[in-house]
Amino acid sequence: MAGAVHIPDEAETRAKWGGFTFSPAYKAKADVFIGRYPAGRQQSAVMALLDLAQRQVGDETQTQGWLPVPVIEYVASYLGMPYMRTYEVATFYTMYNLAPVGRFHVQICGTTPCMLRGSDDIIAACKNRGLVKGGTTPDGLFTLNEVECMGNCASAPMVQINDDNYEDLDYDSMTAILSDLAEGKQPKVGTQLPGRHTVEPFGGATTLQAMVDKNHDYRGDW
Amino acid sequence: MPKVTVDGLEIEVPSGATVLQACEMAGKEIPRFCYHERLSIAGNCRMCLVEIAPGPPKPQASCALPATEGQIIRTDTPMVKKAREGVMEFLLINHPLDCPICDQGGECDLQDQSVAYGRGASRFEENKRAVTEKYMGPLVKTAMTRCIQCTRCVRFAEEVAGIEEVGAIGRGENMQITTYLEHAMQSELSGNVVDLCPVGALTSKPYAFEARPWELKKTPSIDVMDAVGTNIRLDSRGRAVLRALPRINDDVNEEWASDKTRHAVDGLTHRRLDKPYIRKDGKLVAASWTEAFDAIKAHWTGEAAVLAGDQVDCETMFAARALAGSSMLEGRQTGLAYDTSSLSAVNFNTTIAGIENADVILLVGSDLRREAPLVNTRIQKAIRKRGAKVFAIGPVTDLTYKVEWLGDDLSALTKAPKVLTDALKNAERPAIVVGGGALRYAGVHGAALALAKKFKLVRDGWNGFNVLHFAAARMGGLMLGYAHDGGIKKLAAASPKLAFFLGADEVDYSLFSNTFKVYVGHHGDNGAHHADVILPGAAYSEKSGTYVNLEGRVQRGERAVFPPGDAREDWAIFRALSDALGERLPFHSVDALRAEMAKAVPALGVEGLAHYGWSEPALSAEVNGKIADYPIKDFYLTNAICRASETMQKCSSELVHGTQVLEAAE
Repeated sequence: MAGAVHIPDEAETRAKWGGFTFSPAYKAKADVFIGRYPAGRQQSAVMALLDLAQRQVGDETQTQGWLPVPVIEYVASYLGMPYMRTYEVATFYTMYNLAPVGRFHVQICGTTPCMLRGSDDIIAACKNRGLVKGGTTPDGLFTLNEVECMGNCASAPMVQINDDNYEDLDYDSMTAILSDLAEGKQPKVGTQLPGRHTVEPFGGATTLQAMVDKNHDYRGDW
Repeated sequence: MPKVTVDGLEIEVPSGATVLQACEMAGKEIPRFCYHERLSIAGNCRMCLVEIAPGPPKPQASCALPATEGQIIRTDTPMVKKAREGVMEFLLINHPLDCPICDQGGECDLQDQSVAYGRGASRFEENKRAVTEKYMGPLVKTAMTRCIQCTRCVRFAEEVAGIEEVGAIGRGENMQITTYLEHAMQSELSGNVVDLCPVGALTSKPYAFEARPWELKKTPSIDVMDAVGTNIRLDSRGRAVLRALPRINDDVNEEWASDKTRHAVDGLTHRRLDKPYIRKDGKLVAASWTEAFDAIKAHWTGEAAVLAGDQVDCETMFAARALAGSSMLEGRQTGLAYDTSSLSAVNFNTTIAGIENADVILLVGSDLRREAPLVNTRIQKAIRKRGAKVFAIGPVTDLTYKVEWLGDDLSALTKAPKVLTDALKNAERPAIVVGGGALRYAGVHGAALALAKKFKLVRDGWNGFNVLHFAAARMGGLMLGYAHDGGIKKLAAASPKLAFFLGADEVDYSLFSNTFKVYVGHHGDNGAHHADVILPGAAYSEKSGTYVNLEGRVQRGERAVFPPGDAREDWAIFRALSDALGERLPFHSVDALRAEMAKAVPALGVEGLAHYGWSEPALSAEVNGKIADYPIKDFYLTNAICRASETMQKCSSELVHGTQVLEAAE
């Protein structure tokens, strides 16, 4: 099964990550999340804490971070829940990486709207730059994954790289983004179409036109 | 009490019942995979769809829907039929068609229900999904491609076994059931997931490819691995018992059985004593029955000591007592010497089912998880369902649930800490469980009784004083007088000329160096090594026997197979020996023996709970010292049958001693 969970060798990760603890900065953030839930319900913060742990691992390895088994166990004991329950959460969501990733985690949406709008070209752009689905480039820069719909259908096709979305892509813009990232430059985030503002329609509004410049009460028109 | 109509039949159902339960009460069969009476409701297999009015015009999962007043439920409409066929077809999309090589074949819910409710053919033409096998321990064999993800095993592990080590990882098509990182399930109850699995994904490893269910002779029996008295069914073929499965008995084992109960049966065919032996010049030599009897006759003085082992049935103990006299009887092999003047003071009075209702439980030197796993699940239930609070005195051990440890100092019994006294004072149904780990210390019994009196553990309609035994023969033995004043040490000090050891393998035989030792038992274990004469007897599967479990419940098991070789049923051995000694016993059949036994101890003649009343003996309540440890060091090797069982040895080395068992390359 292509999408099945594969985790790296346990003994190796235990040797490397066995002593993982939250750094003071991350611990402070973690306690904020836990504090949002009533006492005794701290397990509700598991997703936030797994994300924080992954980010800390990312900081320590200069990558986007991943969740080695001892880190998952650390989060579990931090919240007083069984390892298995935390492990289930970590394997369920694609936002948690169960194997090391590169500095840039490129997540391409290949679901229907993006596919119709040309996600195949985006995948080709990645491929021509040496990115392989499910793998990391030898220089450790890019990890490529195909994911399901990320809710940017109005500006399809799109990719998510680390915490940013890049939308309205085509082959050239995708290649440019990857080059920029590789050179250490920050490409423009969001839609790549010149003249488009967020996900508003091309060429100006087609509905609610009276509201473009100022607020308008439509109720009298009904 | 809502009234509902099921297929035109109006019935009243208890409030809180589900639609599925209502249908069952109306006598309708509802197919299901994920629903199980003793587990929480998951509602994920969708097989139990029915049509309900009022409600949305679509089939609804009956297992997760409460029955309400005026519901009209249909289980026989075309919509329901079509819905079931649809669900079945989806379930079978990824299920392999490997029934001929699957151990579940013949007792498979999926097989049965696809015949009854399926379409007959699949329209699925793509490739099926395949899942790698998972390691779940030495007892559970997995073929996860067959899994339909009902999550019964996950819920069982969490809710009954109390170990949250089984779960579903991944999502969607890639979801897989597995143990945490594929480590073995650390539970004494792991074998139950095999019974729970509605398909062949989890099957029994030791029983793999042994037999088909229709080849087996099924005999109701009683388990002797611990004192719970699990009701079991022995499945045998020819002369061998191939497996033991639990029978449903809500008062005792619900429908669970511990791993020892299930998987020690392969020990019944190993290291068996199949002919009499006599010790000549320090060596045991095979002999005939007559020679063996003659050797005993030479030492017969008209009386003998009898030491009963942990797994003996009441018939054997009664026959031995009838022959040897009742002045020197002892069943507490390891040297316990607690007072037995009142049977109610050494009984599990709350009853196994009753402990579920306790709200505060104090464990004194009892490692329930190993000593009585199925009592442990009841306490687990008391905590989960009724929020019971558990305190314990003794060395800290993992009981699978949250326990407030009060240290291992016994003085906590007499000078109870405030948390405990407060809890006991405010409790409605407080209970104390005194285990063998504490009973061996002088004064503990008295101190526990004093505590029970102080906090009124025995009150109207509730008896919270419990002693936890872990030998199947114990309560029966105590009822038959197998308790010598001062225990085994005092008995040995009287240095009897002749002693019968009934399957007693835990006895310190150095105490009996001047005694002529006759071992009557079924396995060549410790007892046989020290015997002067060995008389080969029958194991629990080979005789019809009466057993009394730890709560005083008299139960009878039947014979599944015959004893091997020259071995005979134990009571018949004593009957024959009595002939040879010229003191013929007055019974020639089991029935006659049982009639005699019922005359001597009337409670043993009636199946069911024996009533001991409630009386407290006056005992010294002075305690000091600490509870050093628990009596059971290795759960899997507690008696001669398990020690002879390869499966139990494997479990012990892997689960207790943590050695990796390497599979031979296939």
